[in-house]
Amino acid sequence: MANTAASAKPMILQNAKGFRRFFLNFKKNWPLHLMMLLPMIYMILFEFLPMYGLQIAFKDYRAKDGIWGSDFVGLEHFERFFSNYRWKQYVGNTVKISLYSIAAGFPVPIILALFLHLCEFNWLKKLTQNVSYIPHFISTVVFVGILNQVFNPFTGMLVNFYELFGVTEVSDIRSNPDAFIHLYVWSGVWQGMGWSTIMYVASLSGVSMELHEAAKIDGASRFRRIFAVDLPAIVPIICIQLVLRFGSVMSVGYEKVFLMQNNLNISESEVISTYIYKRMGKNDFSFGTAVSLMNSVINTSMVLLVNWFSNLISDREYGLF
Amino acid sequence: MSEVTKIRNKIRDTKGDRVLQAFTCTILVLILILVGYPVLYVVACSFSSSNAIMTGRVFLWPREFTLAGYEFVFQYDRVWEGYRNTLIYTVLGTSIKLFVTTLAAYPLARPKYQGRRLFTTLFLVAMLTGAGLIPTFITRYNLGLYDNIWAIILPGALGISHCFILRTAFKTSVPGELYDAATIDGCSEFQVLWKIALPLIKATLSVILLYTAVGEWNAYFNAMIYLNDETKYPLQLILRTILTAAQTIDTNTLSADQLVQLESGTEQIKYALIIVSTVPVLVLYAIVQKYFKKGVMIGSLKG
Repeated sequence: MANTAASAKPMILQNAKGFRRFFLNFKKNWPLHLMMLLPMIYMILFEFLPMYGLQIAFKDYRAKDGIWGSDFVGLEHFERFFSNYRWKQYVGNTVKISLYSIAAGFPVPIILALFLHLCEFNWLKKLTQNVSYIPHFISTVVFVGILNQVFNPFTGMLVNFYELFGVTEVSDIRSNPDAFIHLYVWSGVWQGMGWSTIMYVASLSGVSMELHEAAKIDGASRFRRIFAVDLPAIVPIICIQLVLRFGSVMSVGYEKVFLMQNNLNISESEVISTYIYKRMGKNDFSFGTAVSLMNSVINTSMVLLVNWFSNLISDREYGLF
Repeated sequence: MSEVTKIRNKIRDTKGDRVLQAFTCTILVLILILVGYPVLYVVACSFSSSNAIMTGRVFLWPREFTLAGYEFVFQYDRVWEGYRNTLIYTVLGTSIKLFVTTLAAYPLARPKYQGRRLFTTLFLVAMLTGAGLIPTFITRYNLGLYDNIWAIILPGALGISHCFILRTAFKTSVPGELYDAATIDGCSEFQVLWKIALPLIKATLSVILLYTAVGEWNAYFNAMIYLNDETKYPLQLILRTILTAAQTIDTNTLSADQLVQLESGTEQIKYALIIVSTVPVLVLYAIVQKYFKKGVMIGSLKG
């Protein structure tokens, strides 16, 4: 494709050098540059201009002085965060919740996809797929609403089951700090597992039948072929998904944690992003920015690290970039 | 799998294979129950009386069948208001996003475009980093994007990850010769995009449409931060006050009849709200579903 395009260039472009070449090319391809105009304006206004505002992490932001005019205070806000005796709790909760989410939420769709692929009854496969997609479309607000209803110790769905098994004394797990992380993670698995199988199932069905036939002739059972044929075929997609997943390790929480939080489980449910939100509500802009800057530095290095590792073990095959 | 291979498989299946198959089916049925039951339960509750729900008599189908919950929801003005706002935000937001994202993705897919590497790097940097909540808020506030409809719509105008997906789709579904042929026939770059490239990536486009529209419909966080005026609230924010916050329905806005209804039916009203707010998204999914498998796969390719 690249070759055809290059050879289609007029002679004058191939001979021109430096700025003249750039100018001629620009003149010829101006419609493409025009198309890029709107996205570029967007990038400047909504991506790069806020990054300019990051400097308030090192300043004492006051609205009337503006971003540039506020007083410079150096690392004061960072020191303040680390002198708060709770900072380990916030960072700890963030890391704990997201690593647990990955550990529980990442393998489940892969295993489910393998089972869907194994199933020989097409109707059962289709039915399970379609039903398991439904929770994905439920919004976070509604989903947490459903959780509140279902786990209501007096009127919820589980009451029925408690009664079946003769349990009368029921505690409210919605306000139990120790139960919070499990409720958060496993409800997330419930909501996301079906939808996440789509990609895996699609690439599993792309595996050539000949590979399966060959393995069969060599005497491999169906069980053996899962590991010899099916799994190797989806390793690239698994790697890319994993890199992406680690990219959001530190950004847990804005939506779901925030909604599931209450005064009773706050010790286990306060994560960095909810903490930043609360500082913002108290007009503590600079301090909140400092915390969030630190958070994104960790986050970005995490992606780069996992991506580097992914490239390393696969000889630049499975990394994201 | 053709009929012949099916029959051949049946003959060759060993005992171990059959055990595995039985195990697989059992797991799938369990998953089906695990996911399907709570969904059915919520639907059943929305049609049951509050009394039946509170005393735990609803299992699978509605008990003491009633439509009172739905009646209340449809008479409650704030729900309608939220519905209208959400519809505006979703339709406008999705159209603008698809438009701008396509404009960004198309040049990136054209080998002759000289800004390709620069813009790809810029997009990647923007995708991996971000200024965070507070600097973003200050910037948008200074731009005048606070407490108006544009505060919700404009910041989502370009989806960077969607842009990469579309770029890959353009690259893989539109052969380079087609561009050359169209240009020789006198097509301008805009005509090529509109008449040739876009129809070829319809599948991917519909997947992105679904992702975007569902995202817009379900979003609440930006609205919570950037909107102050309650009449501009989207449905999700109104649901939040009813479903998750301690504070319940604002009783001042209700008539005496509605108050009585509310007293006796809070539970079923909540369930009815859940159904009413989720159904539109499911309908949209059902419509674009047939493009799905193809479109999703393109997005997962490395490009």
